[in-house]
Amino acid sequence: MTSKLLVKQKDIVVPGEKLAQGLDFLPGERTYREGDYIVSSRLGLVSVEGRAVKIIKLGGKYIPKVGDRIIVKVFDITFSGWRVETNSAYSAMLSIAEAGDQFIPRNSDLTRFFNIGDYILTKIKNITSQNLIDISMKDRGLRKLGEGRILSITPCKVPRVIGKNASMISMIKDATGCRITVGQNGLIWLNGEDPKMEFIASKTIKKIEAESHFSGLTDRIKEFLEKETGKKVVINTNPKPREDSRPKFEHRPQNKTFNRRR
Amino acid sequence: MKQRLDGRKFDEVRPVIAKVGIVKNAIGSAMFQIGKTRAIAAVYGPRELYPRFLQNPEKGLLRCNYNMLPFSGTNGGRIRPGGNRRAKEIGLVTQKALLPALDLSEFPNAVVDVFIEIEQSDAGTRCAGICAASMALAHAGFQMKDLVSAISVGIVDNEIIADIDYKEEHYPEFAKEEIKSEYSTDIPVAMMSNLDKFTLLQLDGRAKSDELKKSLEMAKKACQDIYEIQKKALKQAYEVQK
Repeated sequence: MTSKLLVKQKDIVVPGEKLAQGLDFLPGERTYREGDYIVSSRLGLVSVEGRAVKIIKLGGKYIPKVGDRIIVKVFDITFSGWRVETNSAYSAMLSIAEAGDQFIPRNSDLTRFFNIGDYILTKIKNITSQNLIDISMKDRGLRKLGEGRILSITPCKVPRVIGKNASMISMIKDATGCRITVGQNGLIWLNGEDPKMEFIASKTIKKIEAESHFSGLTDRIKEFLEKETGKKVVINTNPKPREDSRPKFEHRPQNKTFNRRR
Repeated sequence: MKQRLDGRKFDEVRPVIAKVGIVKNAIGSAMFQIGKTRAIAAVYGPRELYPRFLQNPEKGLLRCNYNMLPFSGTNGGRIRPGGNRRAKEIGLVTQKALLPALDLSEFPNAVVDVFIEIEQSDAGTRCAGICAASMALAHAGFQMKDLVSAISVGIVDNEIIADIDYKEEHYPEFAKEEIKSEYSTDIPVAMMSNLDKFTLLQLDGRAKSDELKKSLEMAKKACQDIYEIQKKALKQAYEVQK
C-alpha cells in the first residue's frame, strides 16, 4: 500500500483533519492515528520532519515546563513564601529559601522583599503531576522587575519574539534602546528611557505576535522598526552574551535580626 | 407538505456564516449564524476551579453557559433575562455534546468556561451554540479529536426536513396548505463528522423508527457541510492578516 501526505508543510489544519494516509508516516506531537490515517488533534501549522507529522500550536494558554524562565505576579503572601500568578492555569509558590541568594530569617516581614502586585522574573524549579508549581530565583539574572511596563502575548509566539539566537529581541533592543525581558509564559517586561521608544518596542512586539506565521518576518520587522524609529537597523545574528546581573534586593535584611534570636 | 414555507428543498440548510476570533479578551471565540439564528461562543481558561470540591484531580472540567439575550426572541421578541431551567438544561446538553471531542486531561483541577450567547433566534439555537462552541474551543488551542457540528432535523407534516426553523416547528399555525399531520418533531443532532460519531441526539415530538433513521442520515449529510464551513472559518482566521 502506498502512503501519502494529504497536506502540505506549513498548512493550517483544524482538529479532526486528516494529515497523512498509510503506515509509512508516524504521528508526532498533537496528532493521533485513526485507522489508516494520521489525524490532527489541534488547530495549528503542519510540520513534517522525515516520517513524523506534527502540529505546531498557534494558540492556547501557557503550559508550565521545568526550567522555563517566567515572569510572575505576586498575589498572596504566606508564612513560608509568596503565591504568584503564572499566566497559566495554575498559580505557583515561591518559598523563602528560593527567593534569591541571601538569608531571610523566619518571621521577617516578607513584604519588604516582594509585595502584592510585584512582578518577578523567576525560573520553574519543579512541577508535580497535578501541576503544583515551585519556582526559584536562584539563578543568573533572576530578579524583581522594577518600573517598566508589562505586555502579554500568546505564549506560543514567544520563540518568534526572541528569534534565532535571540536575534529578533536584540534587534528591537538595539533599535529602541529599551531593556526587555521575555518570560516563556508570554509576559514581557520592558523599560526604556524614552517613552516614545518604549511605545515603539511594544508596538513591534504586538506586530510580531500578529504576523509571525508568515514568511519573511525578520525583514518585515526590520523595515517596520526603521520606519518607526527613523534610524538604520542592523540584524545581529550573533549577539553578545548577556552580562552577569546577579539578583539584588532593594532592602537587604540586617544581620541584627539574626543576632537577636541567639 | 409539498413545499417548505421559505421555499427551501427538504434537505436544504439555511445559509451559514461562521467567523472565528470575535471576542478579543477570550482565549478562543467564534460566531455561528444559520439563517436568522445567531450564536456567539467565548472560551475562558483553563483556570483554577473553586469551590474546591468541584475539582477533578484527573482532568479539567468543562462548564458551558447558554444564555439568550433579552432581545433575541423570534423576530426580536423579548426574552426574560437571567437564568432559567431551559438555559441550564441546554448548557448541560452542550457540555455533554462537546466532551467526547475534547481532551482536558492536561489540566487537572482546572476549569474551562464556555459562554454561549444567542443574539438572534429562529429555532435551532442549541445547535448553533454547539457549532460556535466547538469552533471557539479549537481556536483556544485545546486538544480535540474532531470538531463538533450540529443541526436540527425534523419531521413536519409527515415529511423529513433538515434545519427546521420557528415556523416549521409550529407548522399547523403557519401552514398554507392542508395539513396531514398535526405533529412537528424536532431532532437536534450533534456529531463528529470525521469519526462518524453522534455526540448529541434529542427528540422532541414523535417519530417512527424508519423516519428517525432517515432523518439521521439527512443530519449526517448536513453536519458534513457545516463541518466544511467551520473548518474554512478557522483557517481563515489565520490567513486574513498581512
